[in-house]
Amino acid sequence: MFDIETQVEPVSEASPFGPAIEFRDVELAFDDRVILDKISFTIRRGETKIVLGGSGSGKSTIIKLVLGLLRPDAGTIFIDGEDITQCDEQELTEIRKKIGMVFQEGALFDSLSVYDNVAYRLAEEGIDEDEIEHEVIRMLRFVDLEDAIDKMPIELSGGMRRRVGIARALVGSPPIVLFDEPTAGLDPPTARTICELAIKLRDLEGVSSIFVTHEMNNLKYLSSEYAIVDGEGRVHFEEEGDKLCLINTKVMMIKQGAIIFDGTDEELQLTSDPYIHRFIKGR
Amino acid sequence: MALGISSLMNLISRFLVELQDITLLFWRMLRGLRKQPRYFDEMVRQMDLIGVGSLAIVSLTGFFTGCVLILQAYPTLEYYGAQSSAGQSVAITLIRELGPVLCALMVAGRVGSAISAELGSMVVSQQIDAMRALGTSPARKLVTPRVVALVVTLPLLTVAADIFGLIGGGIIARYLYALDANSYITSLRTGITIQDILGGIVKPIVFGFLIGLISCHKGLTTQGGTVGVGKSTTDAVVLSSITIIIADFFLSKVLQGFFSSTLF
Ligand SMILES: Nc1ncnc2c1ncn2[C@@H]1O[C@H](COP(=O)(O)OP(=O)(O)OP(=O)(O)O)[C@@H](O)[C@H]1O
Ligand SMILES: [Mg+2]
Repeated sequence: MFDIETQVEPVSEASPFGPAIEFRDVELAFDDRVILDKISFTIRRGETKIVLGGSGSGKSTIIKLVLGLLRPDAGTIFIDGEDITQCDEQELTEIRKKIGMVFQEGALFDSLSVYDNVAYRLAEEGIDEDEIEHEVIRMLRFVDLEDAIDKMPIELSGGMRRRVGIARALVGSPPIVLFDEPTAGLDPPTARTICELAIKLRDLEGVSSIFVTHEMNNLKYLSSEYAIVDGEGRVHFEEEGDKLCLINTKVMMIKQGAIIFDGTDEELQLTSDPYIHRFIKGR
Repeated sequence: MALGISSLMNLISRFLVELQDITLLFWRMLRGLRKQPRYFDEMVRQMDLIGVGSLAIVSLTGFFTGCVLILQAYPTLEYYGAQSSAGQSVAITLIRELGPVLCALMVAGRVGSAISAELGSMVVSQQIDAMRALGTSPARKLVTPRVVALVVTLPLLTVAADIFGLIGGGIIARYLYALDANSYITSLRTGITIQDILGGIVKPIVFGFLIGLISCHKGLTTQGGTVGVGKSTTDAVVLSSITIIIADFFLSKVLQGFFSSTLF
């Protein structure tokens, strides 16, 4: 059992061209239940990976593994070329500084105001108050919640809470952002705004991201539209057409802890797998 | 029989795992003391919450304990003609034992439950995950300030309970048993030794530490949603209370040995 030495290829040590996130044969089980079964995938720098999958298929678990909130039973996970499965909590803290996370339920700190929630990361790093205030206001404007700055999380609606969560994740401009069902339960215009946000991060800031979702229109927006800035600094969204095809967005589908599809959205539409077909067509 | 042994082994191994977790938390907490940022504001806030917030119940507990001590002891003392040592009898029981223990039990009930419920609901609502994701260690940010606050405030609260207890005892002795107030005070002053006072301070320091560590541990290891929060809260109070009572015995023994060998 122990005589097979697993050959780990040398990783491009934090090279600027290496992948942002890489999973190699990652396994995880809770008690006896296998949650993830030998998952392998890569996300290149500046790429958005849309993760689809039914409820309980293991999507949030993958995101928690990226952050090091859970440890895999086997396999390796690389963030920016660094193997995080070997890191202790201290080193993980350093790596987490590069990652912004939007939690499924928002996970705002109840005891802190919206301002302090968004400012949290910067305040922890001991950045001075003026700079924090400037950045917090900028982020809240980004998610269109400037008015709520002094409110407590309990006073916000679900959608507002989600957007505060997004602002908190994006503060300090992390190069990797993880979205866990950021649009679930929101009205279509707000959901659309959040998708536009993700598109802007991808196309204008070069952020690498994982975007977990159930919703097909999210998939459509993210995989067919791109953001450009015009001469006056305004952001426009355009659909990909014959002259331009998005290559920085990939789709991955999970079923019961295994990857059943990994490729572009065009390939996804063409697949013959009946499960995938039902998932994307809804019947 | 075999079943009995295996379930006993199970219990022991669970206990050891828990002990290991608590020790680990302890080390992380100590690291939190040494490193920046130290969350000083949070510490002060917790002291206010724990200390000032518990002052009323602790004083009340102390007061009526003092009352009942003298109420029960006086007739016996009178029978032996030892009314003049009434003050001493209250003081020794209160300062050595009842003050620290009752105070710690009250605080375990009030503060221990609050701590584990707060941390537990933070676990359940993913706030602890969010905190770690944002690069802070929950042990340093949440556990260290709470444990430090308890270690600092519990001795102060105990002193308050002792004082109110002595006052309560004095009132009962004076107005129920018509004991001369001067005789009560003189008996107090001669009866209390420096060892009693030191022991009465050392105990709450240890108890505060135990309440803090156990409640934080129970809160942070909450499992199974909101139902789990209730369970970890109960566990925190029960476990801290039992630990306090057991630790009290051993502490008393150690303190006895310590004082008899160094001071005399
Ligand atoms: N702490 C845990 N203990 C035991 N099982 C768990 C735990 N956390 C998650 N699971 C299990 O792992 C599986 C995957 O959970 P996960 O949260 O990743 O699902 P998901 O794909 O995010 O689902 P959803 O779309 O509903 O959010 C589920 O079947 C769940 O029951
Ligand atoms: Mg999920």
